[in-house]
Amino acid sequence: MNALLAHASLVLALAFALALAAVPMAAPARWLKLARPLAALMGLCATLALACLAGAFVRNDTGFQLVALHSSASLPVAYRVAGAWASHEGSLLLWFAALALWTAALARSGREWPPVLLARTLGVLGGIGAAFALFLLLASDPFTQLAQPPAAGRDLNPLLQHPAMVAHPPLLTLGYAGLALPFALAVAALIGGEAGPDWARRTRRWATLAWCCLTLGIALGSVWAYDVLGWGGWWFWDPVENASFMPWLCATALIHSLAAVERRGALGTTSLLLALLGFGFSLLGTFLVRSGVLSSVHAFANDPQRGLALLVLMALVVGAALALHALRAPAMTRSAPFSLLSRESALVANNVLLLGAAIAVLAGTLCPLLLERLDLGPVAVGAPYFDAAMAALMTPMAFLMGIGPLARWGRAELPSLARRLRAAALVSVLASVAVAWAAGHVGWLAVLGIAVSLWIASTLLSDTLRTRGRGARAVQGMRIAHLGVAVFALGASLAKSGGEEREVAMRVNERATLAGESFVLRGVAPVAGANYDALQAVIDIERDGRVVGQLQPQRRLYRLRQVATTEAAIERGLVRDLYVSLGDPLDDGRWLLRLQVKRFIGWIWAGCLLMALGGAVAASGVRTREPQRASQAGEARA
Amino acid sequence: MSPRRRRLAILASALLAGTLAIALLLYALRGNLVFFYTPSQVWAHEAPAQRLFRMGGLVREGSLRRDGLQASFVVTDGVREVRVRHHGLLPDLFREGRGVVVQGRMGDDGAFDAHEVLAKHDENYMPPPAAQAMRAGPP
Repeated sequence: MNALLAHASLVLALAFALALAAVPMAAPARWLKLARPLAALMGLCATLALACLAGAFVRNDTGFQLVALHSSASLPVAYRVAGAWASHEGSLLLWFAALALWTAALARSGREWPPVLLARTLGVLGGIGAAFALFLLLASDPFTQLAQPPAAGRDLNPLLQHPAMVAHPPLLTLGYAGLALPFALAVAALIGGEAGPDWARRTRRWATLAWCCLTLGIALGSVWAYDVLGWGGWWFWDPVENASFMPWLCATALIHSLAAVERRGALGTTSLLLALLGFGFSLLGTFLVRSGVLSSVHAFANDPQRGLALLVLMALVVGAALALHALRAPAMTRSAPFSLLSRESALVANNVLLLGAAIAVLAGTLCPLLLERLDLGPVAVGAPYFDAAMAALMTPMAFLMGIGPLARWGRAELPSLARRLRAAALVSVLASVAVAWAAGHVGWLAVLGIAVSLWIASTLLSDTLRTRGRGARAVQGMRIAHLGVAVFALGASLAKSGGEEREVAMRVNERATLAGESFVLRGVAPVAGANYDALQAVIDIERDGRVVGQLQPQRRLYRLRQVATTEAAIERGLVRDLYVSLGDPLDDGRWLLRLQVKRFIGWIWAGCLLMALGGAVAASGVRTREPQRASQAGEARA
Repeated sequence: MSPRRRRLAILASALLAGTLAIALLLYALRGNLVFFYTPSQVWAHEAPAQRLFRMGGLVREGSLRRDGLQASFVVTDGVREVRVRHHGLLPDLFREGRGVVVQGRMGDDGAFDAHEVLAKHDENYMPPPAAQAMRAGPP
């Protein structure tokens, strides 16, 4: 019954998506009115299909193949929900549902838009939705039923049994799928031949919201890696991480570029291109992660046919859109002139750097795949490549981040700009020298990171003081997000250079010291969890002879899958984390332990949170009501 | 400058910057590629003597020795074997008889000094290079 309902909703969603895609071609113009209800229905049906799958997981209905493979009766309920998108099929259904929800939201808020524009935008989204729904139904059915349901499921991959894994996939998917909205708006603009301030205003809201979801999703993924992989790293330049970082870089460039279009009518062509590329990167990310060309915790199925289908889908969608851009965009440019020293120039330079960073990441990610196809053997690209590329591109970008918001649109005067930046430059240089001197042996990369962070923060402060904190929502959001970048840069550079690590073999009641902290192993005892058995060590943290804290790292063995995992114990702090992982016992009764002191690691995620918050504030300031003039002009064009 | 010459200048500088960027990119990539070798290739001296590289295969049953933090085990592709040394904890999914990829350098004594032991992700997961090495060897 449930499976029937699920299948029916998916088929209906496909039907609505196809109808939605056909609406803009409708002969009688009054049929254009159908676009909004169709979008809402597609959203409803896709959500229902996803809810059916999640419901089957919660009820532990092992008649569903996915439930049998990725859940069990002993799995806590929150992780059962997470199990719904822990598979190739489930995650693609989540993708489709996210796209359908965004489409419905856009249809809801776009009731005052010119009908032709809205129908075209929704039509493109319907087309993309139809492709995903078709792919789900034909090649990766999430509702496959088992003739003989097993008595017990196989449980969820233990590595995914972490709170961050409940929210990370939906947020990331909302980010990926949300980039379809600026894409659809760009295609509609290219067809209509108009990409001015009105287009930018309509697009900016959705681009920014999708970017917020992407930011939070990536940050949560990083929290998960830090907590679960047990190595204390927060970013590994894993191809799967890169797959999410590339669309983020592109979307970041897009929302900055849109600001120039909205305010000055400049950079229209660039913004259109970025909107198309952003979704292209998002599809590429989905392809890389879901097709099985990469081997990682994210790559579920090694089914080359599915991979090929995704690749063809990607090539068709992005190729067609880029061809349209090449044909139409050159005739649409009516750029307002701006001088070399202006806010527009700073934004152009920033876009080039962000896109450059995305290309550098792309090169590092695809290079191993290409070399393998060329039979040059398996090969990996080391993290130093990515670190160097990011340092080279992000340093000038951060420098511009300080200047851009203070420069005037159109034409900035050098003397006044220099006067505004003088104090900030002095403060950041002096302070970073002081920090470098006080911190002692930190690498030059860390000093650079600190300088960058202080430069952003101090220019931000001087701008806020000068304007007495006044400004539109977009400006306030920009300030919060830029502060987030400063916090992130500080955290990332100090975490990279300031950590200490030690591996020890300890007897019970033995003491080990690291970075001035004393760790005493008090004992190791078995404990039982809902679906695992664990060995848990109790470690006292002592300072000046007094116990100031206790850490309880575990080695877990998940019963159903018989998989061992390391559950690190982390004491989080403002400036330093204590991070302890328990290893194997030795024959002589000692235990292997990895002790780590991590500096400023929480600042990395606090920075991401601030960026997303800034984005949300900026998006909330976008007018949703169409100004009278624009809608009349739109009708006239239509 | 006339608009035409201005556009030409912009185009030329963009091309120059792009070429420079790509050259730098390729240079950085080349320096950071980590190649993969099987134990047989290591025996045939195909692996670099000084550079970092990866080696993959199966951990031979019964080959794991621990001496405090110092671990050593044998990686085999079914034809040749190489002893691997590693200082520190081994990953959760490290098992005798399972696939493993190690990253490091060759030591002077013919053993491999692993800086990293990669065997983390999925219980069914066999690193593709390790699987390839097994296929290359006899069944």
